[in-house]
Amino acid sequence: MSTEFRTPLSRARGLGSAKHGAAHWIAERVSALALIPLVLWAVFGVIRLARADYDTAVAWLASPLNAVLMILLILVAFWHMQTGVRVIIEDYIHKMLTKSVLLVANLFIVTLAGALAIFSILKVALGGAL
Amino acid sequence: MVELALPKNSRVQKGRHHPAPAGAKKVKTFKVYRYDPEQPGNPRWDTYDIDVEACGPMVLDVLIHIKNNVDPTLAFRRSCREGVCGSCAMNIGGRNTLACTHGHEEIPGKECQIAPLPSMPVVKDLVPDLTMFYAQYASIEPWLHTKTPEPQQEWRQSPEDREKLDGLYECILCACCTTSCPSYWWNGEKYLGPATLLHAYRWLIDSRDEATGERLDALEDPFKLYRCHTIMNCAQVCPKGLNPAKAIAEVKKMLVDRVI
Repeated sequence: MSTEFRTPLSRARGLGSAKHGAAHWIAERVSALALIPLVLWAVFGVIRLARADYDTAVAWLASPLNAVLMILLILVAFWHMQTGVRVIIEDYIHKMLTKSVLLVANLFIVTLAGALAIFSILKVALGGAL
Repeated sequence: MVELALPKNSRVQKGRHHPAPAGAKKVKTFKVYRYDPEQPGNPRWDTYDIDVEACGPMVLDVLIHIKNNVDPTLAFRRSCREGVCGSCAMNIGGRNTLACTHGHEEIPGKECQIAPLPSMPVVKDLVPDLTMFYAQYASIEPWLHTKTPEPQQEWRQSPEDREKLDGLYECILCACCTTSCPSYWWNGEKYLGPATLLHAYRWLIDSRDEATGERLDALEDPFKLYRCHTIMNCAQVCPKGLNPAKAIAEVKKMLVDRVI
């Protein structure tokens, strides 16, 4: 788009406000907050399993509390990652087409990876891994 | 896409050297960005060996000394020479500041580099084109908005409410903060930048203003406001010691406040 004949104020006002962003900003912080206990729990749990055999590990993950917490960790972590990568793409990529493709790819890849992880946890938890 | 290198015609080349006069007592080298749109060729670094004993204590004194005694072709903006007008904002020793309040003794080493404010188009030498910066400031409508009919005398404000404007009203719009912000470098057309957002907050918390909601509506945008990632360069360089990053954080808090 030629900017030659547009006034500076017209350029500065641009397309106006999108009137959203606060919810995204809150969600980033709330998910970060939720990740603190979830990650601590997961690290602790995995360290405890380091010397255990396969059956013990499966039994640990199959317990309702551990399975649910693990699914929550995956959901929150992948969603937080998606919003973070989205901000990076918006920061650095300015070409409309490239930006759109990358934003959609980010969403699809994260959804696929997250869905695979959740399915795997469910499979273990529901007894499919023994 | 972000450009990590300057375009070919903007790369700065080696320029002329102006040696110190005979009998100079204390010589310091000033490496100054030079660009003249009316001459062909790239911008260049000219170096001036200056006897700092012969000029005043500030970088602006050195620039005026150069213009008066060494090289009258050097272009730069200046007016009040006391940190009030914001005209002489430039990048000195790698940091945006006002040439009139920054002493040349404060810059360590034998050489001092002086360049125009980063990321803005250059009109000539140390003179940046701030058109967009001013337009962005105008876009937040920096004046009192009211619906109540004008009072007979003044709009009244308590001393406590007046105090909330401290640390905001002192901004002189020199553009040091905005042009030091990486987010503004990458998204300067859409992100309003720290100076404009500080002023936006100044009107948001003015107890006399009746358009707070509309102002927040106009700011709630992934680019206009939320490109601020609290990098803090703005607060680091502000020659008036203000904290635009904090003002932006307060705007974000107001936006949370109205949804929870």
